[in-house]
Amino acid sequence: MIGYILRRILQAIPVFFGTTLLIYFMVFAMPGDPIVALFGDHGVNEAVAQQLRERYHLDQPFIVQYLIYIGGIFQGDFGTSFSGQPVADILAATFPVTLRLASIALFFEMVVGIGVGLFSGLRKGKLFDSSALVASLILISLPIFVVAFVMQLVFALNLGWARPTVSAAADWSELILPAAVLATVSIAYIIRLTRNSVIETEGMDFVRTAFGKGLSRRRVVGVHILRNSLIPVVTFLAVDFGVLLVGATVTEGIFNVPGVGRTLYQAIIRGEGPTVVSFVTVMVLIYLVVNLLTDLLYAALDPRIRYGK
Amino acid sequence: MRLSKIGVGAVALVAATALVLTGCSAGGASGGNSNIISTNGSEPQNPLIPTNTNETGGGKIVDSIFAGLVYYDAKGAPVNEVAKSIETKDNQTYTITLNDGWTFTNGEKVTSKSFVDAWKYGALFSNAQLNSYFFDAIEGFSYEEDTDLTGLQIVDDLTFTVTLSSPQSDFPLRLGYSAFFPLPSVAYDDMEAFGENPIGNGPYMVAEKGAWKHNVDINLVANPDYKGGRKPMNGGLDIVFYATQDAAYADLLSDNLDVLDGIPDSAMKTYTTDLGDRAVNQPAAIFQSFTIPESLAHFSGQEGQLRRQAISMAINRDEITSVIFDNTRTPARDFTSPVIDGWSKDLKGSDVLDFNAKKAQELWAQADKISPWSGTFQIAYNGDGGHQAWVDAVTNSIKNTLGIDASGAPYPTFAELRTAVTDRTITTAFRTGWQADYPALANFLEPLYQTDAGANDGDYSNEQVDALFAKGNEAGSLEEANKYFQDAQVILLQDLPAVPLWYSNVNGGYSTLVKNVVFGWNSVPLYYQITKK
Repeated sequence: MIGYILRRILQAIPVFFGTTLLIYFMVFAMPGDPIVALFGDHGVNEAVAQQLRERYHLDQPFIVQYLIYIGGIFQGDFGTSFSGQPVADILAATFPVTLRLASIALFFEMVVGIGVGLFSGLRKGKLFDSSALVASLILISLPIFVVAFVMQLVFALNLGWARPTVSAAADWSELILPAAVLATVSIAYIIRLTRNSVIETEGMDFVRTAFGKGLSRRRVVGVHILRNSLIPVVTFLAVDFGVLLVGATVTEGIFNVPGVGRTLYQAIIRGEGPTVVSFVTVMVLIYLVVNLLTDLLYAALDPRIRYGK
Repeated sequence: MRLSKIGVGAVALVAATALVLTGCSAGGASGGNSNIISTNGSEPQNPLIPTNTNETGGGKIVDSIFAGLVYYDAKGAPVNEVAKSIETKDNQTYTITLNDGWTFTNGEKVTSKSFVDAWKYGALFSNAQLNSYFFDAIEGFSYEEDTDLTGLQIVDDLTFTVTLSSPQSDFPLRLGYSAFFPLPSVAYDDMEAFGENPIGNGPYMVAEKGAWKHNVDINLVANPDYKGGRKPMNGGLDIVFYATQDAAYADLLSDNLDVLDGIPDSAMKTYTTDLGDRAVNQPAAIFQSFTIPESLAHFSGQEGQLRRQAISMAINRDEITSVIFDNTRTPARDFTSPVIDGWSKDLKGSDVLDFNAKKAQELWAQADKISPWSGTFQIAYNGDGGHQAWVDAVTNSIKNTLGIDASGAPYPTFAELRTAVTDRTITTAFRTGWQADYPALANFLEPLYQTDAGANDGDYSNEQVDALFAKGNEAGSLEEANKYFQDAQVILLQDLPAVPLWYSNVNGGYSTLVKNVVFGWNSVPLYYQITKK
């Protein structure tokens, strides 16, 4: 088990270098000179522009820029944004917000998605099941910004239950509305995934055996059916948590959440190489960790799966 | 490792629930001082150093925390702030006297040295300040190497003289722009750190160290020691950085935001009914145009002049401003803006800006006699700025009137478009715009149409125009200067180095919680006047 984890961590090293190199290259290859954009519609003062390029190493060839950047990372320096703020500080300020947002969204996904999915699966073909299927279909087909705008209009502007946007503090209660929006599409998938998985498991021999042994319905459903149905759902949830953690540009924009997605989007627009690459690098690391945890979770849910010796 | 029951999932559920519950009880801390005005802004692109702030996001903040020699009132007229008097006999040597008793918020006295050192810092080549060109009129300035601004001489603590390399009649008008603000001596120890927590002498000051929460907001409080005419009538400002205007607008509607100086496209049709008399729609010092560079085939010499005029007359500005922009733009009558002193709607030749299909076709036919037209007429624009709708409307108008192929040419980002424009690789017409730094006709004209000027993106050059600009600068009074600048515009209306489209209006609104909201000439609300109800 330990060996397996160590091996996975070692594998992450080339992934880390590969992704940073790739992302750095893509930012580098982005057309348009960010320094020119700094001057706006005003004419570019070439002498000033040249000095700024030197300051941000933009006059160096690609590979030199990349090596300077990577060298900095190993000294704990993620570079600075154009507004003079260390990228590490920006990371430290935005990730907790997105983490909170993602946690709440995941909570919604688990409670609503698994709950409704289990209920539907156990009542296959009944009214509840059909309505859940139709509802999830609608949720899947709605673009997220439509859901976001509608929820903002209804819950914040019309009913006044929440602020339309998230304040600077971005505390838990303010993030409930955007998190609910973020969770909608995934909830729909989880309902369908859980439902199908429950139906499949229900027909298995061991379930019949369990009933035959005279176990209570509650115990059969809770222990035998649900736990065995959860394997595909957990995979989905874990991957989805990774997706949530790397930020949601659209939702964070609409609700003005000071999180990762919004910040990254603005950095891309401004062509701030160090900010973009550092954000993406951390996202890649999170993704790798979440994937590893997912694989370990498999073993926990299904004893037949064993890693390493 | 056997886990009983639903195991891991249940643990996660409980943990998440606990987190949410604890979070809820910790909420509700926002609000605070009710005398603070909240307004929208955007993350400053640079540290908050006056000579390095050239965009509106940072400008709004810098203007609030610093006081210069003069400030602009709602109409754009300069009013002495730190300056007691600004005197000149020849428009070339200015004697500036300061009011006594001004201090920075760290207690340091504001003296002539505070101004002179700050200007020298901003102008110095190796400091690479984005606003350095504002000092290029002062004697001793260089774009190529570090030189001393010899034109600045300190006479005593409250007096200094400025000698320009040539007469500039509108120099006093420029002095309210942020580039000319003073700096306390502590700034030079570490300019980057200073820009993070700036210390000024303006009506507001940063609330505390770290009050600038990047990408989130900045908190300003009223400066009790402020001595000028912009005395705050409120306790402070919370400038919130929004990712989208839609988010800011939603906050305004629910009274979470007090003042908004931009309306999202999605609300353009409804905001006047949503807000009633709290809606604001007035012309601003923003001029929009597109530029057809001299280097384009068919657009040089006499042929180019005819074609530019034909294209200008082929655009139905009235219809486009009302249909596409819901009258939130005002059709252009010249190259400046109606909020600027000296603006005129009836300059000779301004009928070239009227929609006139017949005349346009005639002029186009005349040009075809010189050299027959071929190809497509394209206007390049940046796709990240909401320009597609009007570019399509303008090119359609041209296409239908002149019977030629015309279309928009989108560039994904502003940076990309400006790069192509700046290195002159662009092979189409392109959108251009100008927002005034200071309220003077000259600011709309010289940087854009003078030979080799910094923002002369179309490489326009006309000796007559240059001569009129020079005369305007030497003129004895602003009225006299404005006449020369108007004469220069008459020539520009024939040559059309840029095709004027419209002036942007400032569209905004305010919440039910505040009153006395007035928008200034530069589209920024006069924050100091706003009071809570």
